[in-house]
Amino acid sequence: MRSFAHFLAMGGFASFVWPAYGVALAVLGGLVLLSLRRYRLSRRALERLENRDRRGR
Amino acid sequence: MIRRFLIPSQFLGLSAKLLPWLSSFAALLIAIGLYLALFVVPPDYQQGDTVRIMYVHVPSAWMALNVYLFLAVASAVSLVWRQPLADIAAQAAAPIGAAFTFVCLVSGSLWGRPMWGTWWVWDARLTSVLVLFFLYLGYIALVDAFDDPSRGARAASVLAVVGVINLPIIKFSVDWWNTLHQPASVLRLGAPTIYLSMLIPLLVMAVGFTLLFAALLLLRMRTLLFERRARALRLHSPAAAAARRELVGAPSEVLLRGASKGDR
Repeated sequence: MRSFAHFLAMGGFASFVWPAYGVALAVLGGLVLLSLRRYRLSRRALERLENRDRRGR
Repeated sequence: MIRRFLIPSQFLGLSAKLLPWLSSFAALLIAIGLYLALFVVPPDYQQGDTVRIMYVHVPSAWMALNVYLFLAVASAVSLVWRQPLADIAAQAAAPIGAAFTFVCLVSGSLWGRPMWGTWWVWDARLTSVLVLFFLYLGYIALVDAFDDPSRGARAASVLAVVGVINLPIIKFSVDWWNTLHQPASVLRLGAPTIYLSMLIPLLVMAVGFTLLFAALLLLRMRTLLFERRARALRLHSPAAAAARRELVGAPSEVLLRGASKGDR
C-alpha cells in the first residue's frame, strides 16, 4: 500500500468506488441499527405488560 | 394449540443462543472481506479500481436473489401449512432483502457509469432486478395494508410466491437477451472465469453477507414475536376485558345510537 492519498484516489475512480461502499454501509448499517432499536423497544414493552399482568392478578 | 406456541418458544431459546455467534462471525468476515477488497486485491487490468465495486455489488445481488427465494418458500409454507413461524420469518426477511437489492442497484449504477458510460439502461437484467426491488416493497406494503393482520399476511404471501417467476428471469436475463451486463462468471456451468485472487474476497464477502442476513433475520423474528405477544396481552388485559364487558352489558339502545352516528 502506497500513500493514503493514493489509496483514497482509487485510480481516479474515487467518486464511484467510495459512494458504492458508502451506500452499502449506510443501508446495511442503518438496517442493523433500526432492527436493534425496534428489538429493544418491543422487548421493553413486552416486559412492562407482563409485569403489569403479574401485579394485576 | 400447544404445538403452535411450543415452536415459537423453542425458537426464542435457540435464536438467543445463535445470535451472538452469527453476528460476530458476520462482522469478522465482512471486516476481512473489506480489507481484502480495498487493500489486497490489485486493480483490474481493464477496469482499474472500479472493480472494487464488485465486492459489494455481486454479494448483495446474490443476497437479493437468495433472500427472495427464502421469502417465497417461507410464504408458501405459511400459506399451505399455516405455520405461524414461517409467516414471521417471511415478514422479518423482506426488509433485509429490499436493503440488499437497493445496495445492488445503487452500486451497479455507480459501476455502470464509468464502465458502460451510463448510470442506467432499461435492459433485461437491470429492469428485472428493479422489479425484484418493487416486489419486496409490494410485499412489505401488503402486509400492513389490511386491518386484519392475517389477511394482509396472506395477500403478501401470495404476491411473494407469484413473484418467484422473476428469479429465473433475473438469473438468465444475461443469456436470453442482449444486455450491457456481463454474463455470470462465478455461478456458471464449468469452472468460474474469475481469478482466485478476486474470487476468494468475493466469497468471503458473500458468506459475511449471508451471516449478516441470518443474524438480522433472527433479531427481527424475535422482535415480531415480542410485538405479537404484547398485542395479545393488551387485548386480554383487565382494562380491555372491562371495556368489553361494559360494551356488551350496555343497553342495545345505546349501542344502536352509537352505530347510527357512524362511530363504531
